[in-house]
Amino acid sequence: MSKRLIDLTHISKSFDGQMILDDLNLYIRENEFLTLLGPSGCGKTTTLRIIGGFETPDQGNIIFDGRDITKLPPNQRQLNTVFQKYALFPHMSIAENIAFGLKIRKKSKTYIDDKIKYALNLVNLEGFENRNIDSLSGGQQQRIAIARAIVNEPKVLLLDEPLGALDLKLRQDMQYELIRLKNELGITFVYVTHDQEEALTMSDTIVVMNQGYIQQIGTPQDIYNEPVNAFVADFIGESNILNGLMIKDRLVEILDVKFPCVDEGFGCNTPVDVVIRPEDVELVSPEQGMLEGDVVSLIFKGVHWETEVLANGFEWLVHTTQMHPLGTHVGIQVDPFNIQIMNKPETNDEKAVESHV
Amino acid sequence: MCNLKRQLLAGPYVLWMAGFILLPVIMILYYAFTTTGGDFTFLNVSSITFSVHLKALTLSFKLALICTVICLALSYPLAMILNNMKAKSQGFVVFIFILPMWMNFMLRILAWRMLLSNNGVINSLLDTLGLPGIDILNTPTAVVFCMVYDFLPFMILPIYNSMARIQADIIEAARDLGAGNLTIFFKIIVPLTMSGVISGIIMVFVPALTSFAVSDLLGGGKVLLIGNVIEQAFMQEYNWNLGSGLSFVLMIFVIASMALMNSRGEENGAGVW
Ligand SMILES: Nc1ncnc2c1ncn2[C@@H]1O[C@H](COP(=O)(O)OP(=O)(O)OP(=O)(O)O)[C@@H](O)[C@H]1O
Ligand SMILES: [Mg+2]
Repeated sequence: MSKRLIDLTHISKSFDGQMILDDLNLYIRENEFLTLLGPSGCGKTTTLRIIGGFETPDQGNIIFDGRDITKLPPNQRQLNTVFQKYALFPHMSIAENIAFGLKIRKKSKTYIDDKIKYALNLVNLEGFENRNIDSLSGGQQQRIAIARAIVNEPKVLLLDEPLGALDLKLRQDMQYELIRLKNELGITFVYVTHDQEEALTMSDTIVVMNQGYIQQIGTPQDIYNEPVNAFVADFIGESNILNGLMIKDRLVEILDVKFPCVDEGFGCNTPVDVVIRPEDVELVSPEQGMLEGDVVSLIFKGVHWETEVLANGFEWLVHTTQMHPLGTHVGIQVDPFNIQIMNKPETNDEKAVESHV
Repeated sequence: MCNLKRQLLAGPYVLWMAGFILLPVIMILYYAFTTTGGDFTFLNVSSITFSVHLKALTLSFKLALICTVICLALSYPLAMILNNMKAKSQGFVVFIFILPMWMNFMLRILAWRMLLSNNGVINSLLDTLGLPGIDILNTPTAVVFCMVYDFLPFMILPIYNSMARIQADIIEAARDLGAGNLTIFFKIIVPLTMSGVISGIIMVFVPALTSFAVSDLLGGGKVLLIGNVIEQAFMQEYNWNLGSGLSFVLMIFVIASMALMNSRGEENGAGVW
């Protein structure tokens, strides 16, 4: 495990008396691709701006490489930001934009020229030196913004929804390009997005946030396969979230039906949240199922059919490769290890979960 | 069909332009290059080299320049302060600045005449405070003072506009890349407000150069600007030919300075470093 590069300890921030971040603790390792993921308004940008130095936290400290930088202005921090709306300097050519940080550091002309070439090459825009900003497409402008940041060889690159304004195809291309860049440059990326797919594709570590609280930190696999609570499960991919009653170890009651499962240690007759991914629900013949229901909605999604089955008063979301026509009477079957059991929110910072599900 | 309709719609404007812009210019050109008898001559135009005319033209240039420089020096910091205020108060302050522009131009000049006169409000106030009075009425100082007062909004508004259009994240990006306040000011804010500064300069310099009302009312006949000379030629000497000749020269100067400013603006837009 590489060492911790940035440590956020007990960070709190409020705007106009409204608490936006409440006692946030987070560390970021060297060379890590860390993504802050959460719904709009949950405080992702605020967290990033605190790391970048554009906001000062009301409480708490930011430790960078062993040094407290809480009060250091942005121009003295060893990190660079790629802004959501690119924020290129409209009165400068592309070369001048890229050279801005280097000129401030009084680098020699040959060094700067080499760096510009190198950076344009890295973002696949060779020969664009003297072009105008206005003559570039959104994707190209974003790549220039990245080039402008990385020529300064920051230890950390902060990216605030850098692909937000691009169309789907371009987003996907840029995602791979960012991963390539990160591996080539060996710098730490702190990435903000509200797109869970983007987060799953690109990150080493995902931090799921809601209403200023961190819900879960983990690898993409952890977050997807073992969400710690209903909010995370709901936010990362689609899921069926149901109220359940843990009868005893390895047995849970959902919609008045007892399901065997693999979870233990929740006690007896404890109310819990149950999460079942749509691809984990099997549609079988009515007599084979644990529940019976009727297909009420059917949408073709390319890879699979998105089927909704009404059973015991709950609309189950099911992804199947087989088509079950509207109105078909079907049985529902779930393997024990595909049932995720999680505690209902109790403590203060878990309240953020309830209000969103 | 559609095209024809559109052309018809433009009709009134074409008429307006022909009647009130093109025709007067043609008439000025005609009078400028003819004698009273209607013969072709350069005398009206070349009479600008008469010492009295040259002196008036130089003084006009000098006062217009001083006025523009003062306006610029006042407006830039003001626009910056304004731009840093809360959005709500910004609108109010801009309104305060525009307010005097709704009052008649002549009335404002006359008001200053009252305020500045020897036993006017300002001097009585200074007197009661035991301070020495100011005696600037009927001097170039009073003329410049009043021109600055009159034309200041025309400088502030375009500069403020161009400043307000600078996105906050551009400034943050510069700071992020290591720029301190001075670098941000000279490499980002100044170049990005240059278009506003240029239009401000043109909007102050041109009317200041051609004005005659201010010098008439506050100069007490002692401050003779080229505008006053032209006015006299038309209104007192009824010499339309001389007046047109001098107007023609002034027009050339105005167009030349505007062209100069515009080309400077384009230069400044690009190579900042
Ligand atoms: N400068 C500010 N003044 C007042 N409120 C602010 C300010 N900046 C952010 N907020 C508030 O803080 C909350 C969190 O904002 P933030 O920008 O961090 O959210 P976000 O997670 O980045 O959301 P999004 O995905 O929409 O960008 C929001 O409710 C926002 O209104
Ligand atoms: Mg944001």
